[in-house]
Order: sequence, then C-alpha cells, then structure tokens
Amino acid sequence: MAASTNGHDYKVIGTRPVRPDGVDKVTGRAKYGADYTFPGMLFGKVLRSPHAHALIKSINVEKAAALPGVKAVVTSADLPELADKMEAAGEQAINLAHLSATILARGKALYDGHAIAAVAATNPHIAEEALRLIEVDYEILPPVMSVEDAMKPGAPVLLPTLRNKEDGADKETNVATHMQFKRGDVSEGFKQADFVIEREFKTAMVHQGYIEPHNAVGIYNADGHATIYCSTQGPFVVRSLCSAVLGIPEGKIKVVPAEIGGGFGGKTTVYLEPLSVLLSKITGHPVKLVMTRGEVLRATGPTSGSTIRCKMGATKDGKLVAAECWLAYEAGAYPGSPVGAGAMTIVTPYNIPNILIDAYDVVVNRPKTAAYRAPGATNAAMASETVIDELAEKCGIDPLDFRLINASKEGTPQTVGPPFKRIGLVETLEAIKKSAHYKSKLTGPNRGRGVASGFWFNVGLQSSATVNIHTDGTISVVTGSVDIGGTRAAQAMIAAEVLGADVNDVRPIVADTDSIGHTDVTAGSRTAFATGWAVYDAAHDALRQLKERVAKTWEKKPEEVVFADGLFSPASGNGVKPMTLKQLAPRLARTGGPIIGRATVNARGVGPSFATTLIDVEVDPDTGKVEILRVTVAQDVGKAIHPAYVEGQMQGGTAQGIGWALNEEYVYDDKGILRNTGLLDYRMPTCLDLPELETIMIEVPTPGHPLGIRGVGEIPIVPPPAAIANAIYRATGVRMLELPMSPPRLMKAILKKRAASDSQAAAAD
Amino acid sequence: MATVVIPALLRKFTDGKDRVTANGRNLGQLVDDLERQFPGLREQLIEDGEVKPSVAVSIDGDMGTAGVLEPVRESSEVFFLPAIGGG
Repeated sequence: MAASTNGHDYKVIGTRPVRPDGVDKVTGRAKYGADYTFPGMLFGKVLRSPHAHALIKSINVEKAAALPGVKAVVTSADLPELADKMEAAGEQAINLAHLSATILARGKALYDGHAIAAVAATNPHIAEEALRLIEVDYEILPPVMSVEDAMKPGAPVLLPTLRNKEDGADKETNVATHMQFKRGDVSEGFKQADFVIEREFKTAMVHQGYIEPHNAVGIYNADGHATIYCSTQGPFVVRSLCSAVLGIPEGKIKVVPAEIGGGFGGKTTVYLEPLSVLLSKITGHPVKLVMTRGEVLRATGPTSGSTIRCKMGATKDGKLVAAECWLAYEAGAYPGSPVGAGAMTIVTPYNIPNILIDAYDVVVNRPKTAAYRAPGATNAAMASETVIDELAEKCGIDPLDFRLINASKEGTPQTVGPPFKRIGLVETLEAIKKSAHYKSKLTGPNRGRGVASGFWFNVGLQSSATVNIHTDGTISVVTGSVDIGGTRAAQAMIAAEVLGADVNDVRPIVADTDSIGHTDVTAGSRTAFATGWAVYDAAHDALRQLKERVAKTWEKKPEEVVFADGLFSPASGNGVKPMTLKQLAPRLARTGGPIIGRATVNARGVGPSFATTLIDVEVDPDTGKVEILRVTVAQDVGKAIHPAYVEGQMQGGTAQGIGWALNEEYVYDDKGILRNTGLLDYRMPTCLDLPELETIMIEVPTPGHPLGIRGVGEIPIVPPPAAIANAIYRATGVRMLELPMSPPRLMKAILKKRAASDSQAAAAD
Repeated sequence: MATVVIPALLRKFTDGKDRVTANGRNLGQLVDDLERQFPGLREQLIEDGEVKPSVAVSIDGDMGTAGVLEPVRESSEVFFLPAIGGG
C-alpha cells in the first residue's frame, strides 16, 4: 500500500518488474565469494585466541610451517606497523593501527576469537591441522565485558595507549570518547514538567546475522598487482583498507565484488581480504579463506550492547519539555561504537526545547563492533520510545496522539541543531492511526498492542555510473554499488524511465574497482539515493547525446529534437518520421560512434527517514514466550522506485528488529568466552516466528533529489524493540527495560510482578 | 558573518557561547577566523589542513562534501557534528 505526495507520472518507476539477478539466484548460478576457484589455489585458515584478554608473549610457527602441504604461516609481524591515529580511509574514519591489529593481533589478544595467525596450505584440512601446531604463549588477563565494568576506576585497561580528551594525556582509560549535545536548560525544563519518567535500559550485543560468511580469494601477481574476490558492501573500501594494512598502493589492487549474501553494515570493513593477499604474496598462489559461522560470530563486527539512562518530562497536556539521556555503548576491543549516532537519534523524532545528552564510547573485551542497520539508533529508540509510552500513559493520552503532539516536522531543530527540511514522521503516525490494524480490536488474555517511532539520518557520499547504448538499442547500466536489497533493479528502472526504454532491455552491472569510478559503500541507505542519482544523470547524458545524433540525421539542431514516450520527434513537424531508440541505435556508428552516458555525484541534500511500527503480541504467562500476532510498519520512503523491494526492506528491517527485541544476544561466560557460536543458540527469527509484516509506504519526496528518493534500508529496524516492549507492558503490566526480552528474562519480570501483587494483597488482607 | 553553532564540549573555547559569528568564504577560512577569535578551536576541528575524519559539517542544513573548501555564505548557519556511518 502506498500513499504518494510526489505527483509525477512515471511509466517505469513505481512498477514491480522481475529482478534482473533473480534467475541466477534462484537457479544457484549466481557466484558468491566462496564459489571462486583458481588453478593452484591454496586454502587459508585463521588461528584465533581462546582467551578474551591476554598478552601474547610469543608465537612459535615452526612446527606448523614444517607440516607437509603448508605453504605459509603469518602473524602480525608480517604486516607493516601503522600509526595509532584516526585517518580517512575511503569514506571511513578509521584508526589504521587498530584495523591492522584486528586483522592479526599485535601484542595482545583482546577478545575470544581475535585473529592471531593465518596459514595457507594445499587443502583446508592441512591448514586446520597446521593451526593446531602453532604455539602461542599467552599471559591471561582479566576480561572486561561490560561498559559499567570498563568505566570503573581501576578497571583493567585494554589499550595502554588509549586516551580521551577529558581525562588527559596521562590517564589510561577504556573510555575512548565522550560526546555531549545540549540545547536549552534541562533543569528549567524539568521544572515545567507535570510528569517525569526516568529509566535505565540495557541492550545486548547482537550480530547482523547475514547468511553468507565472510570470504576472500586473493591473487598477488609477480608484477605487484593484486586482485581480491570477496563478499563486501564496498569494493572501494576493501581496496583502500587493504592498501593501508598491506602497504600496497591502491592502484595496484583490484577488488571484484561477488554476489553478497547479506551484509546489513557488517561487510563494510575487512577481515580476511588482507590475509588472502598477504598469503598469496608469500606463496605465489591464489589463496581462499572462508569463515565458519562460529568465526563470524566470534570475530566479525556485531553491533554494540549498551546501557542507556533516559529521563523525559512532559506537561499534563502531553507536551515534552525536557530530555536528559546518558548513553554508553560497547565499542568492542577498539574504539568506534555508534554511540554518537545513538545520541543524535534518541529524541530527534520530537521537538523538545531542553536537551542534555551525554554519550560514551567504551572499549570492552568483545569483537570490534561494525555497522548494523541504522547503527546505534535501535538501542537508543528502545529507551526513548519506552519512556515516551510511559509518559503518554501518565498524561492519559493515546501514545500515537502523544507522538503527534510532539512530532518533528519541517523546521524543527534536530538534536544536533540543523532544522529538518521536508520529512514525513507525522504522515507515518497518521497512517498508522488510519490503518486497519490500529482500528481493529485486540481481544483475548495476555495480549497487548504497542507502538514506537524511529529516526535515521541516511547518508549521501560518492557514486559513479555509466550508461551504455548498444547497437540493438539495449542498454547496460554500470555502477560500483554492490546490490544487497534490489538496487540493481532500481538502477535499471531509473535508466529505463529516462530513456523511455523497456526495463527488460536494460542490463544493470556491478563493476569491479578497475572498471568504474569511485563509488562508496552500499550502506547508510544511500545506494538508490546516490547511485540512483548518478544513473539518472548518466542516462540524461546519454539522452543528450542521442538527441544530437537524431539532430545530425535530420540535419537539425539538437534543441529542435524533442523526446517523449520513447520517441524522438522534431519540435515542429516537417515531414521527418519520429524514431525510437531501437531505430536510432544501429545508426550510431554512422553518426559519430558509440554513446556512453556518464555521471558522478557527491550527493548532497540527503533526506532522513522516519518509521512508525505497530505491533500486537501475546505473552505466554507460564513461559514468558512472546508471540508476534500482527505488525504494521508505516515509513516515509521518499519515492519508491521498485515498491516490492522497498516493502522488502521494510519487512526485513522489521524482522531483524523483532529478533533483536526477543531473542538475539551474545552470551559470554565469566571468562569472556562466547557460548553461543552457532545459529541454533544465537536465535534469529525464522518465517515460522513471524506473521505477514504489513507495510504502508508514505512517499514524501526528498527535496533536491531529481526523483525524490529517500533511503529506506535502515530505519525499519529502529522501532520494533520499543514497540514490542510497549505491547508486552499492555499484555502483562510489566515494563521491560532490557533486551532481549527473551522468555527467561520476561518470565522473571512477570514472576516478580506477581510476587509484588501477592504481597500487596496479603498486606491488604 | 556566518553563524557557527559550537558543540557543547567545545564551548570551553568560546567562553561558554553556543553560537558565535565568523567570516570566511569557505569552511577553511571560517575556521581560521574562529581560531583568531577563540584560540585552540581549530585543533579540535582540523587536522593536516583538512576537516578531521571524525568531524562532519552541516551548512544551511546540508552535510558538507567539500571539506575546507565547502562554500560558506554571509547568512550561513554552520554546525560541527560527529561523523556517522550507516549500515
């Protein structure tokens, strides 16, 4: 279901053609990273730390290297030592020393699963056997697993060189950064409040859960050029990070992105890619490495667990007057949690005059976190949207109406200051209010309905595109954006729309780093927005050239040629016959040669996203298991190019949010060892756990974008945990303040509430 | 002169002021003027002649893409923010 405010009459955009990569994927022909094989290829394996926190006193690889079939064994001593400072690498700000030490630990193992050494051998079994022969002398140190423990005075320090600005140059610390956002005067604001709610929330570290494990095949040639085949969201970022880690010039590395089996932010950095090249360089053979599921969970980047304190005040007529928030996020072993984004999103859906937000990025003995769909925002929304729900109840106002009273709209200042341009939060709230779901009655015991909203920035960044007109009038669209969520289809549709072509005549290609201009990662909900913009401009560039060729044929000026409905016609009739692209294309050779439209963008004017999610649940009063009965998500999607894939993003993000809410968590023992390293124990939702997820697309075009596109991929993950917590409250009377709201945790809260009720009743008797 | 909104933790450089004004046709010149008025501020924002990788800049509601060369107008409103990444 879509509600449009765009008003354009498109022929291709807004339709639902079959995806161009569909046949390859359903027939198993699509080539993923682990499918690549080359003559003489070796197989790599990685030795990982069995300790959460330990000094590496020595590594002896002699026995492993002597094993027949083993061709190379590497440790961090084989990587260049890099500066311990933040640097721009591609579009990321990254500490290269920390990145290098994530690839292979340097001096210390900082989490269970930290890479210590890597082996290349003639088959995977020999490589595994060689790992067992590597002798590592560890001095085990106490692990620091939570932000609370890490921030305590005297806590064991993970990184001896880590300092923050406030504590100064002399003090060792686990707090990498403190950020603060301030507007108005919160003390005065709370004085105006009739109701103040303050709660502390905890959210567990969770993984993106992409189905395809990380993989890489590296081929280092004798001429000093390297090629990497891998599963990544950003081939150009793989190139720049491998260049930095290995000390090989970027221009001598080609990255070929394979099909990708999910990423959700987790494939925006490198783990195996530099090792594949390093091992190939030493052995002279191609080297393939593929992670196991256990390695993915132990040693790639999940998103932060967090502790969040949220205090908000409202007047009795439902007007929010103050918000004070404190957020501390687990960064993992090295700085860089998404706590800044958490702080900048936590109350941004609402117009609150007085705000004070403090945010702390804290290192702990867990894997270094990576991006995960709207990084940092889901944790934050769990806190603020639960407190909002409680305030609405105090005020006696429907939670949707409470949000509408306070909703940010065009001109409302964001938490970080700049006022919003045109946004669609109000529209999502009104759409839910008008939905059949909201109007339906929820009946039956132990059932409840909850709602929550969310905000995410989206990003722009750089993209390149070329549009090639072939001699039969078909078209190929070449971009550098890996297709995770159906963006190839979107690019083909945009080109078809501009060129008046049948979308089935447009072939979208994802190119390697040598074959297309720089293109940033497929992340930040940017690909349809920014790469789509580049394709739109490139198609117009091709159209301009086509008009010139038509004009040449007709001996007219280009401005005397008009193009509409797929036909080139003279601006004023003089007897020439209008022609189609397919009629013109075979004549290109005789009118000047091939036509390539090209464009690059460094996209500005990014439109942020809002979503509101309504969820009904039923709670089993004897086990604490939550069943999801019905879900409706309303989202401002800007302009849906391929509505089915937009709906797919909304449903996928919502499903991940439900998993985060109910079951997913990293379970560590008291020694800091991860205990749930498989998907049987790390419980993600399956289709059996979820009903049909209903979607309402609201189209509020992004001002300035030629098609009004707004990023859609990330925001739907943000509201579900809080919506479910609010639904559970209505079903049970229990306010859940910790994720996941798994059966044992919820049952414990229900029993505690029952015990309190029983003792109150006994006292009354 | 453009209006510059100072992040909370950098207000110690501006005597607690959350909004100040500064001159400059581009961001680099604007920060130079800020440094003249409030010594120490540039080091927080600029490194090796470019905006720090951890810092993002919003000018008139749009995120800047040109670093120190980002154009600034007399009427501009400039915000310095933490850089964020998406998933």
